[in-house]
Amino acid sequence: MTTHEIELKALMLASLEGDAASHRTLLKRLSSRLRAYYKGKLARMGRGAAEAEDLVQEAVLAVHFKRHTYDPAEPLTPWVHAIARYKLIDFLRRTRTSRTDVPIEEADTTMAHDDNVVAESTYDVRRLMQRLPKNMRCSIEAVKLDGLSVAEAAVRCGISEPGVKVNIHRGLKALATLIARETRT
Amino acid sequence: MKTDDLVDLLSTNPEPVDRGLVVRTLLIALGAGSILALGITIFGLGARPDMMTSGALGFVVAKVSFAVGISSLALVYLAKLARPGGERKPRSYLVAVPFLVIVALAAISLGLAPSSRWNKMIVGDEWLECLVSIPIIAIVPFAVAIWAVRQAAPTNLARTGAFAGLVAGGVSAMAYALHCTDDSLPFVAVWYGGTIVLCTLAGAAMGPRLLRW
Repeated sequence: MTTHEIELKALMLASLEGDAASHRTLLKRLSSRLRAYYKGKLARMGRGAAEAEDLVQEAVLAVHFKRHTYDPAEPLTPWVHAIARYKLIDFLRRTRTSRTDVPIEEADTTMAHDDNVVAESTYDVRRLMQRLPKNMRCSIEAVKLDGLSVAEAAVRCGISEPGVKVNIHRGLKALATLIARETRT
Repeated sequence: MKTDDLVDLLSTNPEPVDRGLVVRTLLIALGAGSILALGITIFGLGARPDMMTSGALGFVVAKVSFAVGISSLALVYLAKLARPGGERKPRSYLVAVPFLVIVALAAISLGLAPSSRWNKMIVGDEWLECLVSIPIIAIVPFAVAIWAVRQAAPTNLARTGAFAGLVAGGVSAMAYALHCTDDSLPFVAVWYGGTIVLCTLAGAAMGPRLLRW
């Protein structure tokens, strides 16, 4: 087992408990690895860095929203690799490239390299957020972007605390759907 | 947008995650699917009239066990397939065991019977009803199983769809067994086994479309 696996798994276990700092570090580290993976794959097919960045973000969203499907009894790397490969194949199918171009490699190679040269993705999340219903938008902006507590957000948005939580949960899912749709066009 | 902004967005105040959610959702789906399938069978077709006689009860229990065995085994693998990379887990061919057992038992019972009775044993009285009913009853548990798997994240959609179909076929056969009065082993092997396989193939065909995320 590599040291990456041990460190990333420890971060994942903490993030499943709701530890924000671990969750952030985990997603940051995974995103640079995913970037190296997607850039490598797409460069071979003559695709650009912006498309790779879209895929990185789709995969990061998937890691976040599907983190309940990670089984702590298993290593983390194959789980991330399966998501990364699934999103790549889905992207290639959408853009009509044969899936035979995607070799099934060892899970370790997905996570072998970092790439921190960040490109802009092709969409703007602030613009997408304008399409969300008011309570969802207000709750996400307050808690996720401005870092307010749930209680403070409840006061600002004029809804109950459980309401803020529900609106964040639903709003982020809706946002992920919008992002997926945006990167698909 | 920069990926780092997205990461910040996602990692401010994250909720703790319920680790048992995948398995619990599938179990709820199995329970709900079973209740619905039983309801459709009892209210749509009616329970067999001789259900509580000692002769019939043994056959009902045998057929129900065959079907429940298939569903439970399939659910174990469905729970693995519902997670990313779950298709790499080995030994999913174990789900064939109940089929092999019933086919072996059917062969033995045919071997013990005179060949003049074979036709009656295999075709039974209601083969057509069985052939139609099990796949139709399976639609509801299949829909519930697909809903449950969609809460998770399968990465091999055809195989996951196949196992969802297998679970649904088993649940449907379990329910149909309460109505069916054909009690020979070859009948169960051919018409129950066959229709459950049919449900599995249908699930495999529909999986990639229904399970995309």
